[in-house]
Amino acid sequence: MKGKTFAMFVAPSLILMLTFIALPLVSVFFQSFYQNRQQFTQTTVESCTPGFLTQNCVTEVRNTAKLDANGKPIIDRVFVGLESYRQLLQPEKVAAAFAANGEGWKALETIDFYRALRFTLTFTLVTLPLVLLLGLVLAIAVDNTVKSLRGPLIFVSLLPFIITPVIGALSIRWLFIGDGILTRALEWMTGHDIAMFAQGWTIELLMMFYRVWHVAPFAFVVFYAALQTVDQDTMESAIVDGASRWERLTHIVIPHLMPLIIFVSLIHLMDSYRVFDEVIGFSSEAHRISLQWLTFSYLTPDETGNRSISRASASSMLTMIGIVLLLIPLLMRTWRDHKVSR
Amino acid sequence: MMIKKTLAAAAFSLLMSVSAHAACAFQNTVPIKSLTAGFDAWKAVTSAMAECGNVQAELDQNFRTKQPAAFAANPSLYHIGGVANGTLTPLLNAGTIRPLDDLVAKYGKNLTPNQFIRVDGKIMAIAMMVNAHNFMYREDIFKELNIPVPTTYDQVLAAAERIKASGKVQYPLGGTVKAGWDLANDFNNMFVGFGGTFVKPDNTPSINSEAGVKALEMIKRLTAYMDPEYLASDSTFVQKQFQQGKIAMANLWASRAGALDDPKESQVVGKVAMAAAPLAMAGGRPSTTLWWDGIVIAKNISDAEADAAFRVAMEGLDEEMVKANNDAAVWLVKGFVPGRLAMGAIASANGGAPNYASTTSMGLIHSAIGEKIADFMTGKLTAQQALAEMEASYLVKAKEQGLVK
Repeated sequence: MKGKTFAMFVAPSLILMLTFIALPLVSVFFQSFYQNRQQFTQTTVESCTPGFLTQNCVTEVRNTAKLDANGKPIIDRVFVGLESYRQLLQPEKVAAAFAANGEGWKALETIDFYRALRFTLTFTLVTLPLVLLLGLVLAIAVDNTVKSLRGPLIFVSLLPFIITPVIGALSIRWLFIGDGILTRALEWMTGHDIAMFAQGWTIELLMMFYRVWHVAPFAFVVFYAALQTVDQDTMESAIVDGASRWERLTHIVIPHLMPLIIFVSLIHLMDSYRVFDEVIGFSSEAHRISLQWLTFSYLTPDETGNRSISRASASSMLTMIGIVLLLIPLLMRTWRDHKVSR
Repeated sequence: MMIKKTLAAAAFSLLMSVSAHAACAFQNTVPIKSLTAGFDAWKAVTSAMAECGNVQAELDQNFRTKQPAAFAANPSLYHIGGVANGTLTPLLNAGTIRPLDDLVAKYGKNLTPNQFIRVDGKIMAIAMMVNAHNFMYREDIFKELNIPVPTTYDQVLAAAERIKASGKVQYPLGGTVKAGWDLANDFNNMFVGFGGTFVKPDNTPSINSEAGVKALEMIKRLTAYMDPEYLASDSTFVQKQFQQGKIAMANLWASRAGALDDPKESQVVGKVAMAAAPLAMAGGRPSTTLWWDGIVIAKNISDAEADAAFRVAMEGLDEEMVKANNDAAVWLVKGFVPGRLAMGAIASANGGAPNYASTTSMGLIHSAIGEKIADFMTGKLTAQQALAEMEASYLVKAKEQGLVK
């Protein structure tokens, strides 16, 4: 391809990547080192609020935000260095937790960042093999059914993937929360009073179940497409040589699918490390939070209308570093394969 | 789809203009938008405002997070905002609402001085109702089991034990203890009941105290009688639990009482009675903070719009509206006759319940409590640890915002 043609093809996506990904990232990187502080003045005022029939008046010291000539609050931009990162990671507490008489991991669970990290990692690493396995099993099963059934089967298996994530999460939640019909059914079957949303681990299970249910169709479609290209000559000679079904699967099909298994794993790792919809859909904030949700919660205005932009920035930088670390092994493998095949 | 929407909008505006002649003193021609909470009182006020025509009301229980940004836009996305003590703070800090003194002088002849929310001498909001948590209980069940109406939380626990034993309802108690803001608000109520103060004069926190520990422990004891999924239980959830006869008592916003007597949604019409919020300790104050709800007018709109918005709001807050919706709230508007449902809130107020302060420090500590309190409820932290964490979180926020050096 000519250099010019190449540039023209690549330019639009490059420009979009720069404006919508690279530049914001740089801005977030810098914002994580600054804090925006309002200026307050202390005044003693009598303030009155309505009681019933009479007013309740108290003399109090009020901190009022200073406003400039245009009525906008005066904001100081202060360089705080790594302060926001320190507040997220709390190194002193970590040191104390793992000191001689510390509580270890249990103490870390009370720091939001580690709590989120623990859940995010478990969620990512537990759902990954399940998604791959379920996708593969579905693909092989559909590949082995009679032709006339394949269309409807593919359609049905794809349905979960089409549903908007938050809606899917909400519907699973409604099936189980309180006296949801599935909780009722479970109670009827086991004879115990079941509350799926009263403790963390059951919510966590539901969230993982939901994610696997939602994403497995994607793995299925990719694997199913690849199954159509398995070399039939190799397959037939394997049958002639007396290879069992299992041997054919492990020695021919899986090696053939390997590049795609890595592809699906990459996508899934990136997606599930950013787990967010589940936390919102299942309202699991009290029990389980994810790293993305943590960033979101810092960005939500608190009761005074303030957003913790600096901590949110720091937290998203850390999330990004986490994704990169997680992807390195897989990327290295792809890179090696790439070099070999060249 | 588009056609459908347009048709619906046309039909709607037709309805509006018909009723516009019905009850509003003037014909409003300036398009006005309002953003308020969604409980019954706001439904009453906004539909009274809509009678003037050209009013688009948005009732949204998530207004708290939406409002600061929407009002900071220029021009502001809404003209009228519904606020309470807590939600006034972010608007004041950002300077996005306008002083109302001249508008009050022009159109506010029916207002009483009790309704003016003054900050630094200027009227910044007009209150329309007071709100507070008060004790609601199923009178029929209490009578049947011969349980006296509890006035302290120890009696609430005793009553809960007896109701649990009787098996009359699924769970004896309901509570607005959803992780986050609601649970923190419950803590605040209990904390003032135990005589605590939130911050010292220099804006450093003071919740890690005996009162704090006692408040946390009492909330935990109460939750033992609630639906085990209580960490997702907000005001609407408790209201529904009442309406469906699943609980026998709860401390709930007075503004929710009206819905319990609404035969369209409630199975317990006339059976729920109101009392003052219970005392946390002998000789203390009722365990609740007093709130007001009212309206503010955005700063980033033209004076003509502000004029129209205020006039419309005054139509929404008139005697006629109160007469038609007497039991929807504890109104501060002329013409209100306190009914059966208002008794709890009035008893709490007269018992000396303190106001919820519209201050930055209160807002910050409320947020900090909301972040950490769930960890105490789920057993990850002890009471002292949780309170220490709350204080630490408060200090981080206060420093970040510049309140504490």
